[in-house]
Amino acid sequence: MTPIWRNRKFFPILGQVIAAFIVAIIVMILWHNLIYNLHRLGLQLGFDFLQFQASFDIGETPIPYKSSDSYSRALLVGLVNSLRVIVFGIILATIIGITVGVGRLSDNWLVRQLALVYVEILRNTPLLLQLFFWYFAVFLTLPKTENQISLLGFININNRGVTLPFGIELSSELSTLILGLTLYTGAFIAEIVRAGILSVPKGQWEAARALGFKPNLMLRLVIFPQALRLIIPPLTSQYLNLAKNSSLAIAIGYPDIYFVASTTFNQTGRSVEVILLIMVTYLTISLIISSGMNLLNRSVQLKER
Amino acid sequence: MSSFKSQKPTILQWLQKNLFNNWYNSILTVVCLWLLFFGIKGILTWVLTQAKWQVITANLSLFFVGRFPQQLYWRLWLALFIILGLFGLSWGTFTKRLPRQMNSWLPFGWALSFPIILWLIGGGFGLQPVESNLWNGLLLTLVMAVISIVLSFPLGVLLALGRQSQLPVVRWFSILYIEIIRGLPLIGVLFFAQVMLSLFLPVEYRLDRVLRGIAGLIFFSAAYLAENVRGGLQSIPRGQIEAAKVLGLNAPLTVLLIVLPQALRAVIPALVGQFIGLFKDTSLLSIVGLLELTGISRAILAQPQFIARYAEVYLFIAFIYWVFCYSMSLASRRLEKELGVGQR
Amino acid sequence: MLKLKRGLSLLATLPLVFSLSACAGQIGGSGGSLLDTIKSRGKLICGVSGQLPGFSYVKSNGEYAGLDVDVCRAIAAAIFNDPNKVDFRNLNSKERFTALQTGEVDILSRNTTWSMSRDTSIGIKFTAVVFYDGQGIMVKKNSGIQKLEDLKGKSICIGTGTTNEQNLTDQMRQRGVNYKPLVFEDANTVFATYEQGRCEGVTADRSQLVSRRTTLSKPDDHVVLETVLSKEPLTPAVVNGDSKWFDMVRWTIFALINAEELGVNSQNVGQLANSNNPEVKRLLGTEGNLGKGMGLTNDFVVHIIKNVGNYGEIYERNLGKNSELKLERGPNKLWNQGGILYAPPFR
Repeated sequence: MTPIWRNRKFFPILGQVIAAFIVAIIVMILWHNLIYNLHRLGLQLGFDFLQFQASFDIGETPIPYKSSDSYSRALLVGLVNSLRVIVFGIILATIIGITVGVGRLSDNWLVRQLALVYVEILRNTPLLLQLFFWYFAVFLTLPKTENQISLLGFININNRGVTLPFGIELSSELSTLILGLTLYTGAFIAEIVRAGILSVPKGQWEAARALGFKPNLMLRLVIFPQALRLIIPPLTSQYLNLAKNSSLAIAIGYPDIYFVASTTFNQTGRSVEVILLIMVTYLTISLIISSGMNLLNRSVQLKER
Repeated sequence: MSSFKSQKPTILQWLQKNLFNNWYNSILTVVCLWLLFFGIKGILTWVLTQAKWQVITANLSLFFVGRFPQQLYWRLWLALFIILGLFGLSWGTFTKRLPRQMNSWLPFGWALSFPIILWLIGGGFGLQPVESNLWNGLLLTLVMAVISIVLSFPLGVLLALGRQSQLPVVRWFSILYIEIIRGLPLIGVLFFAQVMLSLFLPVEYRLDRVLRGIAGLIFFSAAYLAENVRGGLQSIPRGQIEAAKVLGLNAPLTVLLIVLPQALRAVIPALVGQFIGLFKDTSLLSIVGLLELTGISRAILAQPQFIARYAEVYLFIAFIYWVFCYSMSLASRRLEKELGVGQR
Repeated sequence: MLKLKRGLSLLATLPLVFSLSACAGQIGGSGGSLLDTIKSRGKLICGVSGQLPGFSYVKSNGEYAGLDVDVCRAIAAAIFNDPNKVDFRNLNSKERFTALQTGEVDILSRNTTWSMSRDTSIGIKFTAVVFYDGQGIMVKKNSGIQKLEDLKGKSICIGTGTTNEQNLTDQMRQRGVNYKPLVFEDANTVFATYEQGRCEGVTADRSQLVSRRTTLSKPDDHVVLETVLSKEPLTPAVVNGDSKWFDMVRWTIFALINAEELGVNSQNVGQLANSNNPEVKRLLGTEGNLGKGMGLTNDFVVHIIKNVGNYGEIYERNLGKNSELKLERGPNKLWNQGGILYAPPFR
């Protein structure tokens, strides 16, 4: 009989047992420390605090909320606020990204250079600073409500925010966050779009031209659908980044989920529970975005024939 | 164009070809010129007449090195000199202006310079110690970004290997870690590291604030690094592994000597990209109360005589970030070309 | 292939080992009082805001300055006879209590309001009030706003993690006034946003409002309303359960106040050691054994006053007429001069 360590299954199993064992020990040590420390500080674990009265006000409440509501209601308000930013942000960033990405390949020299300058400036400075810039140097220096700027007769802009038709009002904080995230992410998307378009073989351009397509139709009907295959995977990770970066709302006072959660932590001291809530929320948002994009990806990939 | 050098186009021809070749391009050009004119005019007026740059000049040393003791600045100059020297040598060998033999000892030079520079900054072992509390501004930004990327590297590689492993337990732990961290915003990870990490450690065991910040950056960066490295691992053709097997290498040696070097070489540009990202992300440390470049700027903005000068301050530090990130991305593009990544 | 995968898996267990060894770092006990730890460490670690004009900020030369900072310097002077043996740590309003609880800082001197819940339920102890403040609201003079009710439907800028946020909520709820809070992480942002006209009002401790008003581009266009929303006694705090350290901090603050009351300042402290006044003698340690009883030298107050000055000097230097902020002393005058600043006697 061969010794047990000669069995080809022995080492893999031993390795796994050791790995599981080590992880279990680490988790136990950390858990023990946590319980001990919480006890020492007189804190408890548990989600019962979610039902307590929040007793803080929130500036933007897309769903009804007052300070006598519970923490869970406050967190829900934050979540809705986050989702507003993420949805608007993704749509606008895509539009800007495609426009600038195509602009990078324009046959107009000036447009090409401007697109390049835009991309290189926005990609190479921290988003946090860009948000400060848009908030303080742009939105807050806009004229007051009485002499607001009117674009096309129905978009009104003043230092309180932006008013769109159908009674949609965006506060300056929301507008700043959407603008900042959009322009920042747009710069990355532009590079992705450009690489995608460049990856389409020359023959395709020539064939489209030979068929007599006008330039914009050629781009829309021939080149772009093919470029999309290369664009979607990196685009997904940009969307995920945008969703995660929306948590910088805290720097400019927009009450998103991270902001409300951190106020909750502040008032209750429940750091463990709050970080768990933040984790679950963002993981869920990420999961929704990436599964949506996977569906899209499947529909544009070449069908094997 | 290059084949027609003798017929260099006149300015008018160039303008017509590049700016006004059809009606919509002409409109675009005019619109762009109009935007450019007002943009540049506005910026210049502000920079030259309205901005008060005294807040920058009065606080230059705070921006760059923070509260590092003035009489010890020579140590920082020396560190900078070492780095620039190594950069020069590397660039020389890289562009083949210096003999190729340098290649063999340059990595050692870099590896050796790392502890030496940290020693110059932090002191100890015969030098007067300077606490991490006093390293602020750009100095702290650089130190944290470099240490984090260097330390997250081994962790990231191991996680990537773990994710590729055939053993379900190891694979699942790696996937769990990578996906959880990648799903979280950095500011959440930093909050965890700064506020909660000490709850998970024994009472007597305390990490310095800067170390906790670095820990947060490492947790975060390792997960992204792992995904980059995984891309590299997947690009290694099977033939390489089989060839190693034929040569009689055992499994760990195959990974160490054959697979990893090739995989890492393939992902160098992605790693530079990640370093740029990390460098920008250090600005979030200001939200958890560290005095790196952005944090020290917020502290400077509390000086009674400079309270409302945020535009000047933020533009100035944005420029610093930009110079670093842009030169890194230029260098990375050059590196990509020279290494011929994606062409082999 | 199998061999390779086995190799991969062995390598992959390494990060786990790596992180385990990181957990088992130095574990050393720190029994006894913090005071002894500080003495053997050779310096005090003091948590401040670092971003509040007049209370704690970093000057262009890299030195910390402000009232909160000087309290820490006074403690360092009491222990080491050297006001510079302090390390300052910037803490934001969220992490300040954790930093104190976990022992990252020895003392929290960060314009923190003494409140019952903080004193009784989060494991910290407040020592002695260094600044009597109250929450106020500042508005534009021409806005016509005179009381809280006038702010109905308007925006108000606030800093997060402060008692101000909760006080405002309470006061407005009690009056049934709906308003829009605009909450920021950082006090500079709060006031910058207000000055740009994004909010009709800004709320903070009145000391801050008054000092910030002087730094606005047109100070006279703004007015701090008479309404006081709350009491805000700003008090340095230490960790619970260390009475030796607690006493030391508390009596350093009392020494600053008593010194002003007895007319002892940084100029005359040298001569006054031989004063005839027994109270002064006890304060400066030429009589009695008060300092030794606390684990310090008997002349610890001399060290404090010589290096940092008395409460009045600290106030005028950082907030009052010798500073850029020109803040009236108001309730922070001594009890025998119309204020409420009162320290128990050195006896």
